[in-house]
Amino acid sequence: MVEHAEIRMVHRGGSKINFREPVITNDSRFLLCAAGESVNVYSTSTEEYVHDLQGHTDLVTGVVLNPSNHLQVYSCSADGTVRLWDFTDAILIKTFIIGYPIYSIYVSEKHGGVVFLVVPMADYKSSELFQLVAVHLPHSGDQEVEARELSAVLCDVSPHAGAASFGREGEYIASVKGLQLEVFFFKKQKSYRFSLKSGMKKGAKNAFTCVSCHPKEDCIATGHEDGKIRMWRNFNQKKEYTYSTLHWHHGAVNTLCFTPEGTNLLSGGIESVLVHWHYTQENQKDFLPRLGAAITHIAVSPDGSLFSTSHSDNKITIIQSCVKVSAVIQGLVKGDGVWTNLIIDPRSKALVLNGKPGHLQFYSLHRDKQLYNLEIVQQEYIHEEGLDQFEVVNAAFDARGNWLATVEERRKKGAELEITLKLWAYDELTQSFVLNTTVTAPHEDQITAMFFSPSPETTMLVTTSLDGHFKAWLLADHSDANEGFWACDFVGGYHLLKPGCCSFSADGSLLSVGFQEVVTVWSPASWELLTTLSQPPGAIRDLCFGRLSCSKYLLGASTKNQLCCWNLLTCSLEWSTPMDVSLLQADPLSENMAAFCSQSGSSDLFVFKPSEPRPLYSQKALCTGKVQHAVFAPRDQMLESCEERTQWLNRSQLYFFTQHMDLLTFSTKTEEDRLLASSKQLMVDDSVAVTPFYLLLGKHRGQQLEKQEALTNPMAERTQLPQGSIAIKELLHTPAHVLPSASFLCAMFVRSLLISSSSARASLGCILCQRSSHWMEMEALVVHTTKKQVSLPVMWS
Amino acid sequence: MGEFKVHRVRFFDYMPTAIRAMAFNAHTERLALARMDGSVEIFNFTDHYFQEKVIPGKDSRSIESLCWVGGRLFSAGLNGEIAEYDLENLRPKYSLEAYGGPIWTIISNTQGTQLAIGCEDGTVKLFEVLEEHIQFERNLDRQKGRIISLSWHPSGTHIAAGMMDMIRVFDVPTGHAVQRLLVDRGFGGSKSRETVVWSVAFLSDHTVVSGDSAGKVQVWDGHTGTLVKTHLVTKWDVLALSVSKDESSVVAGTSEGTVIQFQFIAPTLHQQQGKEWVRTRTFKNHTHDVRALAEIETAIVSGGMDTHLVVRPLLEKFDEKSHASGLRKIHFPHRNLVSCAKKVGLLLFQFPGQLELWRLGDSDGHGKPGDRLPLERMPEKLLLLKRKGEDHICCSALSSCGGWLAYSTVSCVRIYRLQTDNNNISITKVSKLPKALHSAHQLCFSSDSSKMFAASSQSSVLVIALTQSECKYVHTLKPKSGSRQPIHLMTTSVDGKWLAAANSDCEIHVYNLQKLKLHCIVPVYGSCPSAMGIHPTTNNLTVVHADQQVNTIISQLYLLQDWSRKLQKQGLHNVWLDRDTPVTHVTFNSKNPNQVVLHDMHMFCIIDQSLPLPDQKTQFYNQMTLRSLSEQERPSHLHAFKICKTFQDLLCVSLLDDQSLVVVERPLLAITSQLPAPVRQKKFAT
Repeated sequence: MVEHAEIRMVHRGGSKINFREPVITNDSRFLLCAAGESVNVYSTSTEEYVHDLQGHTDLVTGVVLNPSNHLQVYSCSADGTVRLWDFTDAILIKTFIIGYPIYSIYVSEKHGGVVFLVVPMADYKSSELFQLVAVHLPHSGDQEVEARELSAVLCDVSPHAGAASFGREGEYIASVKGLQLEVFFFKKQKSYRFSLKSGMKKGAKNAFTCVSCHPKEDCIATGHEDGKIRMWRNFNQKKEYTYSTLHWHHGAVNTLCFTPEGTNLLSGGIESVLVHWHYTQENQKDFLPRLGAAITHIAVSPDGSLFSTSHSDNKITIIQSCVKVSAVIQGLVKGDGVWTNLIIDPRSKALVLNGKPGHLQFYSLHRDKQLYNLEIVQQEYIHEEGLDQFEVVNAAFDARGNWLATVEERRKKGAELEITLKLWAYDELTQSFVLNTTVTAPHEDQITAMFFSPSPETTMLVTTSLDGHFKAWLLADHSDANEGFWACDFVGGYHLLKPGCCSFSADGSLLSVGFQEVVTVWSPASWELLTTLSQPPGAIRDLCFGRLSCSKYLLGASTKNQLCCWNLLTCSLEWSTPMDVSLLQADPLSENMAAFCSQSGSSDLFVFKPSEPRPLYSQKALCTGKVQHAVFAPRDQMLESCEERTQWLNRSQLYFFTQHMDLLTFSTKTEEDRLLASSKQLMVDDSVAVTPFYLLLGKHRGQQLEKQEALTNPMAERTQLPQGSIAIKELLHTPAHVLPSASFLCAMFVRSLLISSSSARASLGCILCQRSSHWMEMEALVVHTTKKQVSLPVMWS
Repeated sequence: MGEFKVHRVRFFDYMPTAIRAMAFNAHTERLALARMDGSVEIFNFTDHYFQEKVIPGKDSRSIESLCWVGGRLFSAGLNGEIAEYDLENLRPKYSLEAYGGPIWTIISNTQGTQLAIGCEDGTVKLFEVLEEHIQFERNLDRQKGRIISLSWHPSGTHIAAGMMDMIRVFDVPTGHAVQRLLVDRGFGGSKSRETVVWSVAFLSDHTVVSGDSAGKVQVWDGHTGTLVKTHLVTKWDVLALSVSKDESSVVAGTSEGTVIQFQFIAPTLHQQQGKEWVRTRTFKNHTHDVRALAEIETAIVSGGMDTHLVVRPLLEKFDEKSHASGLRKIHFPHRNLVSCAKKVGLLLFQFPGQLELWRLGDSDGHGKPGDRLPLERMPEKLLLLKRKGEDHICCSALSSCGGWLAYSTVSCVRIYRLQTDNNNISITKVSKLPKALHSAHQLCFSSDSSKMFAASSQSSVLVIALTQSECKYVHTLKPKSGSRQPIHLMTTSVDGKWLAAANSDCEIHVYNLQKLKLHCIVPVYGSCPSAMGIHPTTNNLTVVHADQQVNTIISQLYLLQDWSRKLQKQGLHNVWLDRDTPVTHVTFNSKNPNQVVLHDMHMFCIIDQSLPLPDQKTQFYNQMTLRSLSEQERPSHLHAFKICKTFQDLLCVSLLDDQSLVVVERPLLAITSQLPAPVRQKKFAT
């Protein structure tokens, strides 16, 4: 890795923000959530990303406020450390090295200086068992402290967040796993276990999913797989314990949370409805429906004014006073899987892929923010598990971004496949895509590939399908209006073989379609089969034309570990190499191509030019698992790197999804330096909820306002004076223990309130110029000083 | 096990009536249960919930409420009368007009000196309980509107009365109403409807708990008359409330068929102050209204429109799993409603209002085990005999030759002579009956149909001689023990020599019919006999008790038979002991003297006394395993209890003389389908 130091794989946006329960700070201004290997800080009022806390080297698995200092947070990570941060300034205060991967963290006010962690049982590599341990955090001045004194509290706990909760005043901790609830009392050092029957007979799924303890009373709420919520009481008795059952959810209860005063219980599940139970009046409940996706976590701010719900579509919703959605923090939606290819929208340069069910999302890679969702399916999504619903499975843009083609399909077990092809035209007026043509059942079977012709003259779409045909679709021009519609122009096939992939040459003059083992080359102008290329056995998995100077080359990857390169001028095989290529991607701005190979459980990357046999860059063991999706995203600013190894990153950047749906990219040293510099520029010191928007407009507006006020009311300028004075600044900002005596300060302070006659005259000049008598001037001064005295208590408070 | 031709009888349309009221006597541990038809049943909770006594109903009697005072049982109903029951003769002792219109409720104070009733005209009337009678004492202040429910404060100084839209608290010494608690009406459309306070409970800390027709369970402070807490429990009515003895728990029964428990719990552990009534568990064992509820020490007993009694044990009160900690549902009476004429294949079904005589179908087909044989002659209803008078039939009997039929109500006994020749049936009432025969608890014919036995008061048995022309009183068999309890079981031997009679005191008397005198008293066992039979050849008496013990006694020596002694020593298999319904019938296989046929509601069993007894480790229900084994292996796996569960919901299993088995089934589904529709409930996803 040393020689690759200049190119680094980094998480650039798109990390999961719904992985763990977020934290709302005491003043309700920030929301902190674990996002990949860092902790992101968002503003709750503007939903803007403020900064992140970076330092962990593995997945962050929990964030909690430090109970003894509300300006600090603890975060734990699978890298085996607990870190203490000052989140307002993003400063790492301390690192506690635990030495085991940590899965959850719990703290309580009563247990100062102790954190409770969920770590694997002794032999952590093999076992699936976890335990809850208490770790006493040592007081020490060092930045890095080893805290290896773990004392086990509970054995066999669930590693999921929300499976344990501290009870009233931290007297006990309740933990659920499977069909068992365990309550551990710290004072008596005794635990009580309560088991439920599996209840499979009656269709009840009794397994626990989450737990939350009432903050003021001894009542434990547990959520269950069949949607029931049980409220446990009297749980310090082995037999006389009792529970009541609440049932609204029809799916599993994913999360439960009591409000800080314990007056309400919040619950959420797949229904994507936040249910608001009134404690002790359980049949009264309020709902906040239509939150978009299944709720996975609920967090409440310490003053109870803000709720936040995390959703399965990588979204955090901030809810004000129980009823109003005030902000939505949307990450990259990954849902159940990425069905479409990764595409770059030529207009907005945004990454496009399927997002929310039935939607295409446009995600800005540069700003790490979702731009908007385009609803494709236009059918109501039913929040229920196990339903077959329409999914967007394919999408393509034409070269200029004027047209968008989407394919949606619904797979039904045993029933016919439903496919719809939709074509969308870009509307300049509304700046969005408008549905132009809907083709129901464009093919009889799944569509495997879909591309627009890159040629500027014709707008043509080619779809290939498993039904053995490929179809070309043309925009039928109508003379009277620009309201043209799309129609099928040509249906092609080759010996009833199933086409798996297709590719247009860079100028759109050639179309190659891979029919299992055979590659056919067609001329889109005349629909003539120009030539067929075949290769050693193995179905073609991926086809790709070279770009720019290499456009004469056609590359094909086969299932039988072959990567072939044909020269289309000679119609002969130029070279081939044994590689198990899972994905072939061409950079539209250069000759470079990227090939992802899967080898022994991990993926390798090769970047090469088709004309040269030697790779420009190669990276072994990129990540575990197969890389299924990758895309070259053009940079908005070219890099000026001359180094051979990093040259391929100059024009565009390569993004790819790992098996675990992490969006990764490559970055160079110079790029990172530049980023760092720009982020420093952006850093604002005075108020924190400042957004780029404010930076642009806010300051400007403020200045304008000041000017206006000065014009309309000359006195206003005067009243601002004391705050700005040096004496007061000194008074307020000097630490108390170095301040001089009050009598000295008082004199200084009073003096500061007096205005020198010259400045007074200058400012009052416009008013007083008509009567230049001396006593009038004096009067004005007196008025002024009394005014200052009136405002005195305000400043001291 | 042997092969039998089985008559699967499903034409007995037995329909139990809904449960209306319940009262539990904690002292004697007896539960009194009133049904809609005016019948009262007494269950013994110390003896496996055995239905000990049944007081037959009467057309004009309707019971709204039951009340125990010591060992005395009182009822009150919408006919405006208070009745006391004679539990020894199973009939009302007297009834008293209260002159207040229909009576909704009756309660007694804890001292057992006074009764209070709530009347339609708005009065609460106090009655003094005297030694043999009750006497009207006075009225409390008359209110507008009916008094639906009453509850007496444990100290006896106050009474809470549930009315329409309100609850009144009366001061008993002065008779004045001291508090008026207004109950809210329901929401929406039901706003215009009056709220009926169906049930109130007055706790010793002056808390009043009420359940009303708006679906609320409300907790009130009885001192100040303020509402403490409202639990909206259902959209329909809360019909019944019951308080546990230590007042830490209240259960409420609703129209939805649920029973909801409320517990008095402190909000924080290790504290006793600030306790609140918190809704905790919900039990759903009924499909219809829960009209009657009782929370006893270890269980919640509930009953309602769906006619069955449910005993739901509170599991936290049990240390380990046992037969007592299992849920029990009592669907069928613990006595025989079917008499079978074994020689001619006639069945007599007993309904409260009528008797039905059926002739069994016939088939001469042959088939493999499990096959359905084609019927040559369809079963036929020969006779429908409606009773005379208001009183319901309490027992009936059919002689084994099918020539005699008798039934009894609390007021009269009727005997009929039946003559069947080919397809004609004629019935003649025996007009002159002996004077001594005025009512019977049990009826029984001797096997040669020459005598009839009627169980009379004080455990005595009347012997009546039957001839073609007349019937004549012969003798009264009297027990020596002087027990006053009624006889609930009687059986005779085939040779006509022996008669065994069992009474509710668990005594079994064996009489010698030739000498017409008491032969012996079977040693008293702690559990009531639920079925017994005398063996046709050996004359051994087999008795099955409510606790599922099986004893066989050699009549001549009144000793336990060897087999039975062995059984006692080894103990019965736990699976057998854990069954939750008592055996209600014992018959014998005349071809194989070792076989005894028993049945309860869920199974019938053939005990083969020649085979080894099962010990605790052997598989008890082994019929399926045996079938899978080869012929050679089978004998080693056999044990004495052969159980068949093919037939469910059994009312009677009997072996006819032609070796065919009669199985009378009454599927519970058929009973539920005849019930009125339950309240509409929103079901998810409908």
